[in-house]
Order: sequence, then C-alpha cells, then structure tokens
Amino acid sequence: MSAAEGPVPPAGPAPSALLAPAVLRAERVTKEFGGLRAVDDVSVDLPEHSIVSLIGPNGAGKTTLFNMLTGLYRPTQGRIVLGDRDITRSRPDVITGYGVARTFQNIRLFGAMTAVENVMIGHHARMRAGLFGSIFRPPWVRREERDTRARARDLLAYVGLPRAVFDRLAAQLSYGDQRRVELARALAAEPSVLLLDEPTAGMNPRESAELTDFMRRLRDEKQLTILLIEHDMKVVMGVSERVTVLDHGKKIAEGEPAVVRTDPRVIEAYLGKQD
Amino acid sequence: MSGFLARLRQLQAAVVKRLPRRWNRALAGALIVIGIVLPFFFPPNNGFMNATIIAVAFAVMSLGLNIVVGFAGLLDLGYVAFYALGAYSLGWFGSGFFFRLHVHVLVSPTAPVLGVHLNFVLILIAAALICAAAGILIGLPTLRLRGDYIAIVTLAFGEIIATVAVNGQSVPVGGGMTLTAGNLGISAVDPPYFPGSGSFSLLNLRPWYWLIFGILLLVLFVNLRLRDSRLGRAWVALREDEVAAVSMGIPLVKTKLLAYSVGAAFGGMAGAFFGTYYTEVNASQFAFGFSIFILAMVIIGGIGSIWGALVGGLVLGYINNYLIPDVLNDLPSKFGLHFQLIQVEFGIFGFLLVIMMVLRPQGLIPERRRQLELTAQIAAEDAQLAEAPTGEVTVILPPGEGAA
Repeated sequence: MSAAEGPVPPAGPAPSALLAPAVLRAERVTKEFGGLRAVDDVSVDLPEHSIVSLIGPNGAGKTTLFNMLTGLYRPTQGRIVLGDRDITRSRPDVITGYGVARTFQNIRLFGAMTAVENVMIGHHARMRAGLFGSIFRPPWVRREERDTRARARDLLAYVGLPRAVFDRLAAQLSYGDQRRVELARALAAEPSVLLLDEPTAGMNPRESAELTDFMRRLRDEKQLTILLIEHDMKVVMGVSERVTVLDHGKKIAEGEPAVVRTDPRVIEAYLGKQD
Repeated sequence: MSGFLARLRQLQAAVVKRLPRRWNRALAGALIVIGIVLPFFFPPNNGFMNATIIAVAFAVMSLGLNIVVGFAGLLDLGYVAFYALGAYSLGWFGSGFFFRLHVHVLVSPTAPVLGVHLNFVLILIAAALICAAAGILIGLPTLRLRGDYIAIVTLAFGEIIATVAVNGQSVPVGGGMTLTAGNLGISAVDPPYFPGSGSFSLLNLRPWYWLIFGILLLVLFVNLRLRDSRLGRAWVALREDEVAAVSMGIPLVKTKLLAYSVGAAFGGMAGAFFGTYYTEVNASQFAFGFSIFILAMVIIGGIGSIWGALVGGLVLGYINNYLIPDVLNDLPSKFGLHFQLIQVEFGIFGFLLVIMMVLRPQGLIPERRRQLELTAQIAAEDAQLAEAPTGEVTVILPPGEGAA
C-alpha cells in the first residue's frame, strides 16, 4: 500500500469538502471522571461529507469523546451540536434517531440474536410499531416488519456478509463477519453521521486496505460523514481529509494528514521527546 | 408422461415445504379444541378439575413473569404484588366491600345492592390497568440497576404490597370504609356473570375453566405477537447488551417499563380470577413464597420460552394442587411413615428444582435462542479443539473475502 510511504492526496472530493458546513460539532467539551479529566476542552468539527480521523495514544480520551458525541456520556462542560440542534443533553437513542450511528471498539453485537435480527435492531428508531401495533399487527405493521427484514438482508449483502450465515446467531460468526454485521447494524439506523471506533482492530493489512476503500464507497454511496478512531496509520493517512490528535485528553494537533504526521508534538506524543 | 411425473414431484416438494407451517396451525387448532372439550371428560366438580383451573391460572402468571424475566432479563422477585393488586381489584370492584357506594355495571340482577359491582370483564381490564401502573412504579427505581439489585428492589416491593394488604384494614378511605380487610379477608365476592352464560358456582367448575382458558389463550396470543415484534426484539437486545441497545436507538426507560407493565398486567388478570374463584381476597394469600413459585415455573419451563412458561406453569400447578395433595398424599403412610406428603411440599419443590438444574438447566422447553447458544458454544469449542492449527487460517481469511 503506497499510502504508507508518502502523503497521498485523499481520493474523492478533496480539501474542498472541508469548507462544507459542519454537520457535527463538539464545542470545547470537557469530561471529568472524579478528578480525572478524560477529555479537556476539545473542539472538533465534522464538515459534511468528509472523513475525519481521531488519533492518539491509548487513554488519550478518543472513546470518551465518542461516547459524548453519541450521548452515552454527558459532557462536564461544552456543547455538542448536530446540524442546528444542540444535542449535549440528549439521550443516546434520541441522538441515533437524529442520524448519528456508531460501532464499538470491542464488537458489541447481540450474541443471542441472528445477524439479520441484529441489523433489524439498528433500524429500531426508524420503525413505528408500539405495544398495540405489535399485538394487533395491522397491515402497516406487517409491511414495516417485512421491509425492515428485507432492508437488513440488503445491508448485510452490502457489507459483504456471506448469505449462508445471515440467519446464524451473531455469537457464532467469525470475527471478521461480526465486524461486518456491526457496520450493517449502524447503517440500518440510516445515519447521516457514522462514528467508527477502531474498525480495523484485529484485521490483517489486506483487510484493512479493503475496509479503507469501503469507507470511501460508504461515504459516497450512503451520503455519510465519517468520524474514525484509528490506530493504523496506513488507514488514517489513506482515507482521512483531516486528522485530530488527542493526547491526555487535550487536542494537540489538527489538520491535513500530511501536515499532522510531521508535527513535532504528535511525534512526541507517540514516540516520546527527542533529546 | 415424464412431464406429468415431474410436475407431480414439484407439487409434492411444494406440499412438503408448506407442511410445517400448516402443521403448526393444525396442531394449535387441535390443542385449542382439546382444551375446550377437556372438562366433559371429568366430573364437573372433582379435584382434578379444580387443579386444572388453578394450573391454567398459574400458567397465565408464569407467562406474564416470563416477559419480565425471560424476554427483558429483569429478575423480578416481587411478582406476588400483582397477584395481590389483581385480587384486590376484584375485591374492590366486585363485592359489597365498599358498602357506602352503590354502583352496578352489567352485572347479574341478583347482585347485592351495597358495594361496587362491575362486570368481570371490566374488573379484568381494571386489574390489568392497575397492575400495569404498579409495574411502572416498581420499574422506575430499578432502571439504573442490574441483576441482583433489581431482584432486591422488586422483592422489597412485593413485601410492601403484602404488608399494605395486611394493614390496610386500618387505613380509612372515608365513610367508615377501609382499604383492605387484612387477614379477615374480603368475602362474598361476586362470581363472574355473563348474560346467557351458565352460572358460576362451585358445584359446576366447567364455566370457571372455560373462563380461565379464554384468558390463557388471550395472554398466549399477546405473548407470541410480542415475541416476534419490534418491541420483543428490543427487549432481547436490552437483555443482551444495554449500551449497544441504547446506541442503536432503543429507548431504555420506555422499553423496560413496558416489559414491567405488560408482565404485571397479566399477573393482575390471573389475580382477579383467583379472587373470584377462591371467593375471598385475603391478605394471607400474598406471601413471598408465591413469587418464587411463579419464578420456578418460568425457570423449569425454560427462561424466555413461551411454551416453556406455559408448560412450567401447568406442571407445577398440577404437582402442587393435584399430584401431592390428591394422588400421592398417602404415600408415606403406605411405607409405615407417619406424615403426609403435603407436609413436605416445599422440600419436594426444592428437590425438583435441584434435579432440574442438574439434568436439564435450560428448562423443559428451552427458548430457541438459548438452545442455539448452548449448542453453538459446544460446537465451537469442539471445532477449536479438533482443528486448532487450520482453524486459525480460516478465521483470518474467511472464504469470499475478496468479494467484499
């Protein structure tokens, strides 16, 4: 993969995408756990239709920031804005309904449900059947159920899950297939913003490269804006239009991949000080 | 000729393919018919008929608790509270207990003048609504809790309701009336009345049976519909992984409270039935052991499985009300022992539970998911042991990788 050797201009709509208005914005957010500042006064902008990477050493606060963006944590200070909407205090399921979906660093599928059912859960916020609709099952509920199932199967095919394992329990799937199902589950929420927490963890270089291509395809075909936590620099440099670097909860650098990778503070954060 | 044979073969394949579905329908229909005509094979007021009615009512409760414990994975140890509230709904709205009021809605013309007398169907609805509200009340403080802590809070709730039932006789509600009759019991409750139906008396138990069988069918229908629905999936997802579930757009509070209230409503309906069937609503009926008894039905049947909860309720109901008191009660004396089997009832249930956990921990009729899970785990472990060296290669490069 040549992306590792030198700065390769990102494919797709190039830096101009960065001028697009931000769809998701964290404004000076801070998260404290007791005395620990896991995230300290960090601002991040996600321009529409862009791919932005969030990098940093372990414990830098990347996943904490993710959890604030998706509503699992409430920021101690600061604001999170989706489009024109302040979602700082919104519940996670509501935020999903607004169009933010995510995957998890350590895959969190519903093990006792089939691959298709897992993806159907992703569509939950877009469905309407309530208690009485579920019991009486009028025609519109039947249709909704049928459409959701069909959509789930389409999405599983889209992310490349072999058809033979569609109705297998998620816990029985191979690691790679579980990653695929998780991605399909997030896409089933019909998001406008997709947050991927270390999607290439545990993948070999070839699989990572394939996923990198797939992310660009996703962005273009599903009209997505993608925020990515990633450790694999090949992937980060290859796919992102902008990189934000966190260290000890603080933002230490931000910009185009080629610029960020030569930033002395970033090198210091990763490799230690050169004396 | 050969074309005709081929077509015949196609037809046969199509029929075979369609059979299971039809068979299920036919089987369900046959079971319902058997359920309806069952009472004609027994004397109308013998011990077996009585045991059957109680067993079916237990099955209704077991199906209700299964929604909370089995579907949503919330360990509820206070289910007796809904038995109590359902029975009191009957006592309040179907007897002369509130003697200052004179309310009659669609009841037998021979109903007493004093008190509130609503039609049994209305009481069933009232019991379901009251218990649904109480289910939400009990659910609220447990929302942030998990596992054992939910059990503790619900257990306390069951005890609170039981204590209120006992002490309610000193709680005035105006006009010299009290909230409950405590251990004296609210008696002379109305038997169910439907225009044109036979009379509900203890000399002929058949109408009682048909009534509770109808309630069972209703509860079963709701259970089956909910299991394969958006809501049922959401319950299972919350049980499996709460964080992932809310991140996928499932509202935690609403979904959990719905599980509590639907499960409670069924308990309340069975409670109202027990109230009128036992002809009394007495605070001493609502002991903690009852919650455990219903939970044991769910566990023995197979947690999360609808047919399991049904069978578990029937089996324990029959053992408790027929096998031990009517059939095997004299067994010890035949061996020259001086006690009756009914005296060691709880010992027998404990023993049964232990045997069950050793021999068949997944329950009599395990839920499909859990069954798959168990067998899949074993198969996966076997596969790992058998082909560890080559197995790794397939994990890293699953077939069809390039197609992605």
